Amino acid sequence: MMNFVQVMIDALALGSLYALVALAIGLVFGVMRLVNFAQADYITLGAYSLVVPTASITPPLLFGALSPALMILAVIGMVTMLALMTERIAFRPLRRSDPATLLISSFAVSYFLQSLLTLVHGGRPKAVNIGGALTQPVEFAGIRIPGVQLLTLTVAMTLLVALVLFLKKTPIGIQLRAAAEDFQMARLLGVPANRVIAIAFAISGILAGTISLLFVIQTGLLSIGMGITPVVYAFFATVIGGMGSLGGAVLGGMVVGVASALLQTYLPADLRAFRDAGVFGLVILILLVRPQGLIVTGAAKERV
Amino acid sequence: MKRILQDYGPLLILVVPLIVAVALLDQFGSSILNRNATEALIRLVFAVGLYIFVGNSGLMSFGHMAFAAIAAYAAAWQTCCAMLKPITMSGLPDILRENTFPLLPAAMTSVALAGIVALLSGLILMRLSGLGASISTLALLFILNVVYSNWESVTMGTSTIVGLPIYVTLWVALGCAVLVMTVAYVFQRSSWGLMLRATREDEVAAASVGISLYWMRLAAFTLSGMVAGLGGVLMAHFMGTVSITSFFLNLTFLVLAMLVVGGMRSLAGAVVGVAVISLIINVFRTAEAGISLGPIQFALPAGTQELILAALMLLILIFRKDGIMAGREIEWPRRRSTAVASSAAKTMELDNRA
Repeated sequence: MMNFVQVMIDALALGSLYALVALAIGLVFGVMRLVNFAQADYITLGAYSLVVPTASITPPLLFGALSPALMILAVIGMVTMLALMTERIAFRPLRRSDPATLLISSFAVSYFLQSLLTLVHGGRPKAVNIGGALTQPVEFAGIRIPGVQLLTLTVAMTLLVALVLFLKKTPIGIQLRAAAEDFQMARLLGVPANRVIAIAFAISGILAGTISLLFVIQTGLLSIGMGITPVVYAFFATVIGGMGSLGGAVLGGMVVGVASALLQTYLPADLRAFRDAGVFGLVILILLVRPQGLIVTGAAKERV
Repeated sequence: MKRILQDYGPLLILVVPLIVAVALLDQFGSSILNRNATEALIRLVFAVGLYIFVGNSGLMSFGHMAFAAIAAYAAAWQTCCAMLKPITMSGLPDILRENTFPLLPAAMTSVALAGIVALLSGLILMRLSGLGASISTLALLFILNVVYSNWESVTMGTSTIVGLPIYVTLWVALGCAVLVMTVAYVFQRSSWGLMLRATREDEVAAASVGISLYWMRLAAFTLSGMVAGLGGVLMAHFMGTVSITSFFLNLTFLVLAMLVVGGMRSLAGAVVGVAVISLIINVFRTAEAGISLGPIQFALPAGTQELILAALMLLILIFRKDGIMAGREIEWPRRRSTAVASSAAKTMELDNRA
């Protein structure tokens, strides 16, 4: 029983993490029909900004050397800037393109950022140690929970609630939801396109920055491809949630995260390496039953 | 005769110069140039394979390298290292483990296996809406990568399988490239190809005249999966090695970049894209290895090539969205009076303009 509670906390922590990434992707998809591959590289770049670019595998700290509050601000600020820059330089000129073209262009942006990172930091994985104290397990009512899981869960839940409040209560949030629902109509009703899209990217940047920090605290590793797995998970989360539905993105993120954690625990040991394949297979199975995703919105089908 | 020239002109215009270029290279080129050209021709097979699906259906696929990997491994299982196989790949079924198969049947069954997997996965994926399908092809790539990287007893995990017979020379690669170009061209002019192109231009309108999005897309997906499989087999027997890491995102990106740069809506686009990108790759590969200009020696840092490719791809997307060829085939030059010749050609032009 105790063990089960621990597993569930694990699952929820992972689920809420993926829900955050999926929400970032869902927001941007909602306002401009862009499935943003580069989200992965926002995360990676955020993590790499902690260290000084050298070829060493245990590099000296850059942002990581700042006090915790400043470090968080610096990393999130930098990733947000990066997200806004990619929007301004690469995605804005393509705004009128069809989703397939946008998808390819985000793939190109992602590849560009990856090669840039390889060029600056070298291709080898690196070790970095921040927030070491947070990895200590916490005893709570007889259950030992790794501190990082607790932190991830708290941060993710707080951000999710904050985002929901932002989207539901503030005028800008409402504009954003309106734009995600029907961009043309929202524009006709006076929602400024550039601002809404910029805000969606800024939020996706803030989320990416946070996630990169959580990741580094958890694993202590930096690698060029570190952002890819969570973002690919988040892609499938938005697809099974229903493309264009923000609630769907969160739900989908929870589903893939929880499924992944449960498979990790309950698969027989020699099959555990195939966990990701199991989750992605599950994605395809869900799609087989509900091709439009769990929550279907008007955005899912192209209008005639 | 004239009719054939006109109908197959766009294909001949691509194939004939290719054959001439290869013949010249074979006569006068250095062995390094020869090798680079063979590699480029294998890339052409990949690009045309992806084009058959992407170009005609307008959907994106990130999953085709999975089919290439499946075929490459199938070829390795059948032809590789008779002595070591029982030890390193002990999980193979007896018939594969104990025997070594002749090269041609091995290649054909490998390609067929890729086709079967493409068909089966297509049965599920093609049910999804356009964008959903595009993203889910990525799931395919990741599933295959996870499975083959961890299925130690059959695929040797992430280690490289060494010792496949090497038979892919310049001429073999050329033959295969010409074959798949012909297949692609015949398919896009067939009634199925035209129907699929109609769905690309307007899903709803195409469905309203009774075209099944599902079956047309599935047919193209299967065919292009087989061609990607052929690319995988060629690569395996060109390098003599097979490794799952070489069939992942990097190769996917490269093939995609070739289609984007050339223009993914025409066969000519695919060919031009491969030519341009291969040129860039080879120039920068040399530059990264180090060039000496007189007394000055300099080498570009590793990764420059990828950076340039990504930037080029973005620039093309922003400033010339349909690529260098802009969705056109290179038409056979003809006089005005015969310009009305074939109605098929006209349909194609209309189609391209849309």
